[in-house]
Amino acid sequence: MTHTETHAAPEDGAGKTDAASEVAARPIRSRGDVIRTVVRGVGQTLITAGLVVLLFVVYEVWVSNIYAHQRQDKVHKQYVQAVQRGQDPLHGEDRLNLPPGKQVIIPAGQGFANLYIPRFGKDYAWTIVQGVADADLERGPGHYTSTAVPGQIGNFSVAGHRVGKGEPFLNLDQLQPGDPIVVQTATNWYIYRVLGDAAQFQAASKIGDPKRRSDAEAAALAAPDKQGVVGREIVSPSSVGVIAPVPNANTQTPTRALMTMTTCHPKYTANQRMIVHAALARAVAVSGQSTPRELPGGTL
Amino acid sequence: MYLWIWRHLPGTTALRVLQTLLLVAAVSALLLFVIFPWIEPKLPPNPLTGPGTVAQ
Repeated sequence: MTHTETHAAPEDGAGKTDAASEVAARPIRSRGDVIRTVVRGVGQTLITAGLVVLLFVVYEVWVSNIYAHQRQDKVHKQYVQAVQRGQDPLHGEDRLNLPPGKQVIIPAGQGFANLYIPRFGKDYAWTIVQGVADADLERGPGHYTSTAVPGQIGNFSVAGHRVGKGEPFLNLDQLQPGDPIVVQTATNWYIYRVLGDAAQFQAASKIGDPKRRSDAEAAALAAPDKQGVVGREIVSPSSVGVIAPVPNANTQTPTRALMTMTTCHPKYTANQRMIVHAALARAVAVSGQSTPRELPGGTL
Repeated sequence: MYLWIWRHLPGTTALRVLQTLLLVAAVSALLLFVIFPWIEPKLPPNPLTGPGTVAQ
């Protein structure tokens, strides 16, 4: 770089006039100059490549959200319009208690239910789309097609991005045992509640030391209920048993309606998955604009 | 390359700095809003996602 400046100096002195005369005034280059130019060019190219990669990170964690939210808006509008026309993608079959895998075929990428999680604020609302392919998850949280539909006996399982692409499940780690997860279909409100030991969690949240508190809270969320299903678990990406009709017990026949949410863990990586399990607490029929008491502020 | 661009920008140093910033902004916008959205689906898949895994 020092050489660059000395090299450029005579040109700056030679002509503040125009670019052409500057180029013309360039001194004859020695072999060393050529080598230096090549080395500098390689260096600048590598620095440029590094900056482009950094910019791609900016795209992934920030700009991709803009596109995902646009797609989600479109999916949401189409779903609301379909329901208003009386075309429920679920055709009311969510109430028929069909066995998992026997439900209606919803086209991939189409919205069929709304998701509200009061813990994430009044403005947290997503339309859940069918399918967990990349293109589906760029539109919103996606339903594992082979799993139950909302309210059905079995395990209604939904995947969502943690960081970027709309990041619907960014704060999944903040859910506590007993937190309501509200799913609205055209016909019903389904209120699921996060599993885990609520009393143990309350005790854990009073611990002063952040590390010990976090560990104790994780232990409370990992407390299995009487059927052995935990509130939250961190698993490897290949642990597909978490979305089985009875989570992690693929051979068992389900007896109740569960909901499972999956996302990447830790944040900014795809090394592991954070899994949150919830169980259906109650269902209310949709009537007009009224909202269930779990959504005291209503919805936006 | 950068030196070449700098040398060919017209005007005073202040004007050149302004033009440089505009160029950086234009290239960044092109990458963020055109090239990256186009190239992202074409990148090799992450082995930790896709079939046989719990979706992200």
